Amino acid sequence: MNDMTPPKDERAVALKGLGASRKRVEDVRFTQGKGNYVDDLKLPGMLFGDFVRSPYAHARIKSINSEKAKALPGVVAVLTAADLAPLNLHWMPTLAGDVQMVLADGKVLFQGQEVAFVVANDRYVAADAVELVEVEYEELPVVVDPFKAQAPDAPVLREDLAGKTSGAHGPRRHHNHIFTWEQGDRDATEKVLSSADVVAEEMVYYHRTHPCPLETCGCVASMDKVNGKLTVHGTFQAPHAVRTVASLISGIAEHNIRIISPDIGGGFGNKVGVYPGYICAIVASIVTGKPVKWIEDRMENLMATAFARDYWMKGRISATKDGRITGLSCHVTADHGAFDACADPTKFPAGFFNICTGSYDIPVAHLAVDGVYTNKAPGGVAYRCSFRVTEAAYFIERMIEVLAIKLGMDAAELRTKNFIRKDQFPYQSALGWEYDSGDYHTAWDKALKAVDYAGLRREQADRIADFKAGKTRKLLGIGLTHFTEIVGAGPVKNCDILGLGMFDSCEIRIHPTGSAIARLGTISQGQGHATTFAQILASEIGLPADDITVEEGDTDTAPYGLGTYGSRSTPVAGAATAMAGRKIRAKAQMIAAYLLEVHDDDVEWDIDRFVVKGAPERFKTMKEIAFAAYNQAIPGLEPGLEAVSYYDPPNMTYPFGAYICVMEIDVDTGEHKVRQFYALDDCGTRINPMIIEGQVHGGATEGYAIAMGQEIAYDEIGNVKTGTLMDFFLPTAWETPHYTTDFTVTPSPHHPIGAKGVGESPNVGSVPAFSNAVHDAFRAFGLTQSHMPHDHWRIWKVAHDLGLHG
Amino acid sequence: MIPAPFEYHRPDSVEAAVKLLSDFGEDARVVAGGHSLIPMMKLRMTDFGHLIDLQAIDALKGIRIDGRRITIGAMTTQHEIIHHAGLATAAPILAEAAGQIADPQVRYMGTLGGNVANGDPGNDMPGVMQCLDATFHLNGPGGSRVVKARDFYEAAYFTARAEDEILTAVSFDTPAGGQAYVKQKRKIGDYATAAAAVVIARSGGRCTAASIAMTNLADTPVWCEEAGAALAGTDLSAAAIEAAVGAMDRAIDPQSDNRGPAEFKRHAAAVVLRRAIAAAAARA
Ligand SMILES: Cc1cc2nc3c(=O)[nH]c(=O)nc-3n(C[C@H](O)[C@H](O)[C@H](O)COP(=O)(O)OP(=O)(O)OC[C@H]3O[C@@H](n4cnc5c(N)ncnc54)[C@H](O)[C@@H]3O)c2cc1C
Repeated sequence: MNDMTPPKDERAVALKGLGASRKRVEDVRFTQGKGNYVDDLKLPGMLFGDFVRSPYAHARIKSINSEKAKALPGVVAVLTAADLAPLNLHWMPTLAGDVQMVLADGKVLFQGQEVAFVVANDRYVAADAVELVEVEYEELPVVVDPFKAQAPDAPVLREDLAGKTSGAHGPRRHHNHIFTWEQGDRDATEKVLSSADVVAEEMVYYHRTHPCPLETCGCVASMDKVNGKLTVHGTFQAPHAVRTVASLISGIAEHNIRIISPDIGGGFGNKVGVYPGYICAIVASIVTGKPVKWIEDRMENLMATAFARDYWMKGRISATKDGRITGLSCHVTADHGAFDACADPTKFPAGFFNICTGSYDIPVAHLAVDGVYTNKAPGGVAYRCSFRVTEAAYFIERMIEVLAIKLGMDAAELRTKNFIRKDQFPYQSALGWEYDSGDYHTAWDKALKAVDYAGLRREQADRIADFKAGKTRKLLGIGLTHFTEIVGAGPVKNCDILGLGMFDSCEIRIHPTGSAIARLGTISQGQGHATTFAQILASEIGLPADDITVEEGDTDTAPYGLGTYGSRSTPVAGAATAMAGRKIRAKAQMIAAYLLEVHDDDVEWDIDRFVVKGAPERFKTMKEIAFAAYNQAIPGLEPGLEAVSYYDPPNMTYPFGAYICVMEIDVDTGEHKVRQFYALDDCGTRINPMIIEGQVHGGATEGYAIAMGQEIAYDEIGNVKTGTLMDFFLPTAWETPHYTTDFTVTPSPHHPIGAKGVGESPNVGSVPAFSNAVHDAFRAFGLTQSHMPHDHWRIWKVAHDLGLHG
Repeated sequence: MIPAPFEYHRPDSVEAAVKLLSDFGEDARVVAGGHSLIPMMKLRMTDFGHLIDLQAIDALKGIRIDGRRITIGAMTTQHEIIHHAGLATAAPILAEAAGQIADPQVRYMGTLGGNVANGDPGNDMPGVMQCLDATFHLNGPGGSRVVKARDFYEAAYFTARAEDEILTAVSFDTPAGGQAYVKQKRKIGDYATAAAAVVIARSGGRCTAASIAMTNLADTPVWCEEAGAALAGTDLSAAAIEAAVGAMDRAIDPQSDNRGPAEFKRHAAAVVLRRAIAAAAARA
């Protein structure tokens, strides 16, 4: 028919499918300020809500007087727990099986807690009215230390749990204890540890920090009293889950609730949970019949919405004299704040922390995690990592360094010696996971070579000699990390959130002229889904990515899915996209065969068309097939070309990587300079290398912030000390290190296109790399462990305590 | 992050501004670049009824160099200071210090007058002005007067400026000798963990005069006469420098905060001072 057919590779390139560094389609509107965020939304008659928040970390509320506030012109209502109680909405379930106050019910448990919700017809009036609400508090003793919280005579924080000896995750042994979660074999591990040649023991603290997305949390709730439909536009990372939970809590039928996540300015886990602001805005809209907007400011975001980390990890690791690891034990004291509001799959109250055997073949291990209440904000979300994986990676990568010190061994060599070998995959870990694929030795060797590891160690030795001779005051640290992530939650058989299975979905409609729309159950917050999912589809169905619209975030149109966090979009929704594409192709094959007047089996797929086997000049392009699907009567086939796939992954995926950080440290000021940062990622099949690189740059920069300065710190009476960006470290272009990215490709054997997910790897991998660099700089002077964040004064203190200031 | 209600005024002369200030008394504040004041208003840490914007008063703007005398209008921005060719040769320490204040956005708005009138010990310019022995020009209902920068600061946010006075300009002589401003901070946009302003005059290898002031190490800037005296007349030997550092250490009174414990700040102060002395001496 057509002898002008371009060659295969040209046609493949034209699709901009898998492997193309296609420019992000989202950026056109973002870079021109044309994004559409929640706060851009203005609905007719819209009211504004604002919170009265507790100045105290622990106090009884003796009275709330809102008369003066209500008298201010423009104020429509002031809601307190007493107003929500008749609706049974003064408390709400958390994602972790606990309950949380929506508005303070009798007492407050953390600074910044929501006490009353003021609704006014003007944002400024609402803020003024907040000042006029008079709350009388009686201060109570405060507990900010999770160890002190477990003392027998520690203040009782959660009076609502009085007498409850078990919670959502089993027995509670103390009034401030939430759960104990155990994995692995305790007895076998103890046996190995007690008879080992060498045992290294260390307390590793991963401090409390916060995802701090550029856009804070907020929503606009709008109850249409005429048709009974509630629409909520909000910063939701999981719109469908919000719809279902909202329906279950409010009793409004699920079809009468529409959740819309518009453009989201970053989430990093902070926008997974359900916040009092959402509930209050919804109630206020139901009460007033008008749309109600609630947007928190930066201080509220940092103080009251979900924090991350705050894990005290006590480790013991054993090895033979020559450095073969024989066992690992870990006990975690997890500070959950005032309510357990972690966003983990139900069966995993410490997330996937049991990935803490890392990249190593550790025959036996045991893990116990104790969750504890304190007078701090609730949360415990996965800040750009799969559930508690960054904590786990930090723990094991510190323990490896500590063990190397104990053994007097090079830390790179110790890793090489203990990596799970390529031929051991699929690998069953001692703490219960089945790693899908990996080739750690190849990645590691490539990384060491790329940075000239031996040369760096020589330079470091010279530097130490110079330092000792008084020729320099700067030390050199070489921070090594080999991390293994576990992402893509997850198989419905063991992964659910509040009973909602963690599958995901994609629905595709091909238009008659050969373009398409794909809708997914996930929601991009900057990851570039509209770009990459179109690429997956382009390769599957042979239509150019540029002709495929990807739409997410509107529960009235998108298929049901569990949203975007935990690097699950590509592993789960990306798989659904490929599978839906394959359904399209299967039907297209029948149409093509009919048009070409051959049997279905006599045509084969060729990039963007079906060709008759053995007669490549006879073909039908996908574009032609699409038109025929709608406009030609084909016996035995329904018109149209659509497909939907709900994908329940058979396993998680296990991306990994080798990161190396070279850092200069000024012993006198505690200042540092990252001289080199090399990041090798293996995320399986690479969909869009440019987006991967961008994700690595962003994630590593967040990791840099966490390791080197970012924290949510409290004083002894529970005041947040780092509640503004003056003290909460967000790196600017000035501080951000330069990154060199690299890769190996070990596809996931169970994912339709072999992709594993990458969005969170750089946070998981970079934190230990930065931290290990600091530690490594001082290794020669006797340092084994110092806690993050490694800001100036803490590094100075390390040097000082080691006697390096003379 | 929404301030309490206030009335906005935009006078176009110093007299009109002073009149407004005296009319409203304690209930009024002037705003210059707003980059210290507006955050305080948004946090509702300060609350008053009348905001008097000085932006429209041309007389408060500009940099004048008259022989050895330099006069800078209060409403001159930090950005303008950084890019002023005359200042770059007459008093390079100003651009060096201004370049370490906050970030470019803040420096486009923030003014020298606001920086020195604010009274926040974290501000960088007060220390520089004390180091240069600058004079502050004030204008109030009773006319104008001058106060030495070294006499201006009483405690955090308390200065010699009366409630109804406006700072119109600062003036100082071209510093004789090498100058340096060395600041340690946690990140861009941060106030000093410790900072040192140093001027050193040299003649034939000897230090003939030295002036030293420190930033954010007490509740006011600390001009340390004794530290300068420890260097004057010496050949800047290690012992002389340590004597100056010791004198400085006795004069400061750092407090523990998120930048670190007081003990660390003392250490950092010594480090920045040594570095500033070395840099100033090299430029002298
Ligand atoms: C993120 C950030 C980081 C910063 N980092 C630094 C830093 O590292 N170093 C530093 O020095 N500063 C820093 N600042 C402060 C900044 O330099 C301010 O701009 C400056 O301190 C005040 O100048 P302004 O013109 O903005 O004054 P405004 O904020 O307008 O005023 C400050 C105070 O001075 C009073 N005032 C202003 N002008 C006059 C006048 N002519 N007469 C009488 N009273 C007057 C005002 O009433 C007010 O009380 C930072 C600010 C921000 C927002």
